Amino acid sequence: MDELLAQLRYRIMGLVRRPRFDLPLAGALLLLAVVGLVTQYSASDLDRDKAIAQGARLLLGGILMALISRVPPSSLRNWTPWLYAASVILLILVALLGEGRGSDRWLDLRVVRFQPSELLKLTMPMMVAWYLNQRHLPPSWSSLFAVAVLIAIPAGLIAEQPDLGTALLVIASGLFVVFLAGLAWWRIGLIIGSVIAAAPVAWHFLHEYQRNRVRTLLDPESDPLGLGWHIIQSKIAVGSGGMWGKGWHHGTQSRLEFLPEHTTDFIFSVFAEEWGLIGVLLLLTLYLFIIGRCLLIAVNAKDTYSRLLAGAISMAFFVYVIVNGGMITGILPVVGVPLPLISYGGTSAVSLLAGFGVLMSIHAQRRRVAG
Amino acid sequence: MKRRPIKDGRQEAALFLRRALVGFLIIFVCLVVLGFRFWYLQVSQHAEFQARSDANRILTRPLAPARGLIYDRNNVLLAENVAAFRLEVIPEQVADMDALLQGLRDTIGISDDDISRFKALVKTKRSYQSVPLRLKLSEEDIALFAVNRWRFPGVDVVPYLTRYYPKGVEFGHLVGYVGRIDANDVERLDASLYAGTTHIGKTGIEKSYEELLHGVPGYELVEVNADRRPLRVIERVASTPGKNLYLTVDTRIQEAAEAAFADRAGASVAIDPRNGEVLAMISVPSFDPNLFVNGISQTDYNALLNNPDKPLLDRALRGSYVPGSTVKPFIASAGLELGLRKPSDTILSTGEFHIPGQKRGYRDVRAGGHGRVDLVQSLAQSVNTYYYALALDMGIDKLTESMAQFGFGKPTGIDLAGESDGVLPSREWKRAQKNEPWYPGETVIAGIGQGFWVVTPLQLAHGVAMLAAGGVSHRPHLLLATQQGIGDAPVAAPVEPGGTSYFKDPSNWQAVREGMIAVVNGPTGTARRMGIGFPYVIAGKSGTAERFSRTNEVWQHISQVAVERHQVLFEAFTPAEKPRIAVVVALEAGRGGSTDAAPIVRTMMDAWLHDEPDALTEPPKTMDAGR
Repeated sequence: MDELLAQLRYRIMGLVRRPRFDLPLAGALLLLAVVGLVTQYSASDLDRDKAIAQGARLLLGGILMALISRVPPSSLRNWTPWLYAASVILLILVALLGEGRGSDRWLDLRVVRFQPSELLKLTMPMMVAWYLNQRHLPPSWSSLFAVAVLIAIPAGLIAEQPDLGTALLVIASGLFVVFLAGLAWWRIGLIIGSVIAAAPVAWHFLHEYQRNRVRTLLDPESDPLGLGWHIIQSKIAVGSGGMWGKGWHHGTQSRLEFLPEHTTDFIFSVFAEEWGLIGVLLLLTLYLFIIGRCLLIAVNAKDTYSRLLAGAISMAFFVYVIVNGGMITGILPVVGVPLPLISYGGTSAVSLLAGFGVLMSIHAQRRRVAG
Repeated sequence: MKRRPIKDGRQEAALFLRRALVGFLIIFVCLVVLGFRFWYLQVSQHAEFQARSDANRILTRPLAPARGLIYDRNNVLLAENVAAFRLEVIPEQVADMDALLQGLRDTIGISDDDISRFKALVKTKRSYQSVPLRLKLSEEDIALFAVNRWRFPGVDVVPYLTRYYPKGVEFGHLVGYVGRIDANDVERLDASLYAGTTHIGKTGIEKSYEELLHGVPGYELVEVNADRRPLRVIERVASTPGKNLYLTVDTRIQEAAEAAFADRAGASVAIDPRNGEVLAMISVPSFDPNLFVNGISQTDYNALLNNPDKPLLDRALRGSYVPGSTVKPFIASAGLELGLRKPSDTILSTGEFHIPGQKRGYRDVRAGGHGRVDLVQSLAQSVNTYYYALALDMGIDKLTESMAQFGFGKPTGIDLAGESDGVLPSREWKRAQKNEPWYPGETVIAGIGQGFWVVTPLQLAHGVAMLAAGGVSHRPHLLLATQQGIGDAPVAAPVEPGGTSYFKDPSNWQAVREGMIAVVNGPTGTARRMGIGFPYVIAGKSGTAERFSRTNEVWQHISQVAVERHQVLFEAFTPAEKPRIAVVVALEAGRGGSTDAAPIVRTMMDAWLHDEPDALTEPPKTMDAGR
C-alpha cells in the first residue's frame, strides 16, 4: 500500500516537474478559448445552447490535443506517409460522393459529417517534413519538385471543391516547411517571381465567385448590396468600435444583423466592435505570444522532422490570424478562413487543437539544451 | 543533384534557427501592419464609421405572399387560405419562460406538443424575434387571453393566414397538404423567395405545383431603434400572391367514389381518354390533410401510422395490384396487332391448358371449359385458355414490349410525385430481381395478368384510357388551368398532343372494344348487371386475383373469410362508341371484379353523367332501380 502511494506520488511529482504540456502555451490557448466563448455568447445574442455546443467542441479538441501529445514524434513520423495517403484518398472520395451546402466539402459518415480537407492542414506539413527529413538540406531543385507534387495533388482537389480558403492554408503549411528547411533565398525569389508572372493565368482558372471577391475587395462600395456588403458592414463594425469599444453585447452591427456571418467568419468584427482597439491589440498580442512560443518549441525540437513540423504548424496558425484579420478590415479578399479558436464551428477548432497536440508532443521530447 | 550520404544535423538545426527567426520577424511585422490597420479604422476613421453605424437603422422585412387557391374543374374550392390568430411570444421580454408557459397553459390551454415545438423554434431565432406558440386560436381563447393579457408581457395575439382544405379527407392524397418549412426544405429553398414564408407544399398538388402556388414575396423597409423596435415603415413593396389552380378533377365523381367504396381499402382513377385529364383519383382509406397544416400531434400521427389499412399510402399512385384478367384486352390487342390472331380465330377451352410436352395444367375459371371461343367471347367470358395460348405464341419478349407500349412497368408521368413503377414481367426484370432465367410457364400466366405482374391503379387507368382513345396515349395530368388573381380569366394549362395510335389497323381496336362491350352487355358477359339503365353503352373488363400477401399477418384473419380472399379490379370506359371517361377501380378485398368493383365504377359513371353537357336530361336510373 505504502509502495503504491509512493509510486503514485512519484508519478504526480514527475508530471508536475516535467509536464507533457508546455504550460505557458496551454495557458495561452485556454485564455484564447475563454475569449472565444465570451465573444461567441455575445455574437449569438446570448444563445446559451450555442455557447455550450462550442464549449463542448473546444473540450473535445482539448482532449484530442492531450491524446496526441502522448504520441511520440517518432511514431508520428513513421505513420506520416500513411496518414497523408489516407487523407488524400478521403479527399478523392469527397470529390466522388461528397455533399455540402453549395460546395462539396463534406463526407457524410452517418454519425459525423466531416471535412477531409481539414485533415490535410496537419498531414500536409507532416508529409513534407517527413520527405525533407530524408533529403539533404537545404532542399535542392529535385526535392523541391517532389514537394510541389505532394502539395499540388491535395491542394488541387480542395480548390476544386471549391474551397479556396482551405486550399491556401494547406499550400501555405506545406511551403512553410520548405522555407524553414532553409531553401536558398535566391530560389525563393525565383519562385515568387514566377508566381507573380503566372498570376494572370491563375486568374483565368478562378471561379467567378472568387474573382468577384477580389474585385469587391478592390472596390467594395461598388456593390453595396451584394458581395461588398460583407466588407462594408464589417468595416463599419470595426470602425465604430473606436478605441475602447461599445462594450460586451452592445455591438449594434451584429445585434441588428447588419453583419453577416457574425458568429463564424466575421466574429473578429464583433470582437473589434465590442472591445475596441485596446481589445484588438491585446488579442493580437495573445496570438503573437502563442506563435512565438510554438516557434520556440520548434527550435528546441530533437530532430529535423519535429523541427520542421512544429515550425510549419506555428506559421500556418499565423496565416489564419492574418487572413481573417485582413479580411474583416478590408485589406485581404473574403476567403472563408475562420479566426482560430474564436469562430463558431467544430472542424476548425478540433483540427487546430490537434495541431497543438503535435506541438505538445514535440515539446515533451525536446532537446535537453542546458546540462 | 547528388544526395550526400551524411546529413549534418547540427548545421540543419542552425539553419532552422535562422529561418525561424526570420519567420517570426515577418509574422511580427505583419501583425503590426494589421494592428495599424485596426488603428486606422478604429481611431483615425472612427468618427465616420460611428456615424455610418448610427445610420444603420433600416431593416428589410419580408412580406409573405398569399398562397394560390385550388379549385376543381367546376369551381369547387379544394384549398383556401383562412384568417386565423396565433399566440406569439418575444422571448427577450419574458423574465421567466417556464412560469409564463405554465400561466398560459392554465389560462387558455397549451398542449405539450405546442410547448416542445415552441422551445425548438426559439432556439433557431434571435431573442427579439417573435415566436409562434399556439396556432389557430378560437374566439374564446382570444377573449380569455385579452382579459388576462396584463399577466403576460411579451405575449401577443397575431393574425395570419392558414391553409384550409374544405373537402378534407376526400382530397387528402390528391391535393395533399402544406406543412411548416423544416430543415430539409431550408437547404434546397431559395432563401430570398421564402424569406417570410412559414409553410410549403409537402405532398400532392401542393407539392408538385409549389412554384406556381407560392407567389413572390414583397418587402418593407422599416426604421428601427437601437433595440430593434420598429419606428416607422419607410417603403413597402407588396407581395404577388401565388397563382390559383384549377384541377381536372370533378368533386362529384370523387365524392361518389368515396361513398361507394364505403371504407373498403382500395383505389380508383377516372381519366378522360380524349386528353388525359384525371377526373377522379381516390385512395381509401384517406386522412384529413388539415391535421398536418399546423403540425400534426403525435397522437394523431401515430394513429395514422399504426392503422393497418395505411391511410397515408396513396394507393392510386403507389398501390400494388395484380391486374389479373384486366390485362386481357391489352394482350388481345397485342395478339391482333402482331398478326398472331384474327378476331374470328377460335380456341377450344377444355378447362385445362398444357404447354406442349409438359404435365402441369393451367386452368380455366369454368370447370370443363368454355368450349370453342373467338376473341369477343374470350373477353366476354374471360377465357383463360385463349390467353394462355396467345401468350405462349407471342413469347415473353414481344409480350413485354407490347405491354410497355401501353405504359405498364413505368410511371405514367402524372404531375404528382412518388408514382411506383409497378412490375411488367420480362426476362430482364427477372434476371435483375431474382437472377433466374425465364420459364415458359411464366409466359403462360403472364397472359392472364398473374405471376410477376404488378400495376398501380393509375397505370391501369392510363392503359384503359389509351385503349378507349383507340390506342392514343395522353399523359395523365391534374392541372387544368391557372389564374393570376380571383378576377382574372383562367389560363388553360398547355396540353400535350397525344402520341400516335398503338393500333396500325383500326379494325383490331374495334374487335377488342366489341369484346369489352360484350363483358357488360353480352348475354354471356361477366358484368352483365352493371350496365343496366345506363344511357350509354359501357365497355369493361373485370379482374380477380388471389391475394398475393396471404401470409401477411394483417390479412390472416380476413383470408379465413372465403368471400373476401380476392383482390378485385374493374376497368371500363363509356360511351363505348366515343369514350369520354375511363375508370379503374381496385379493391383490396372482395369476391370478384364484376361483383364488387363494377358497381363502384357504375356509381362513378352515374356521377359523371351529371356533368356531361350532352348527357340525357332525364336523371339516370341507378343500378338497383334497373334490376
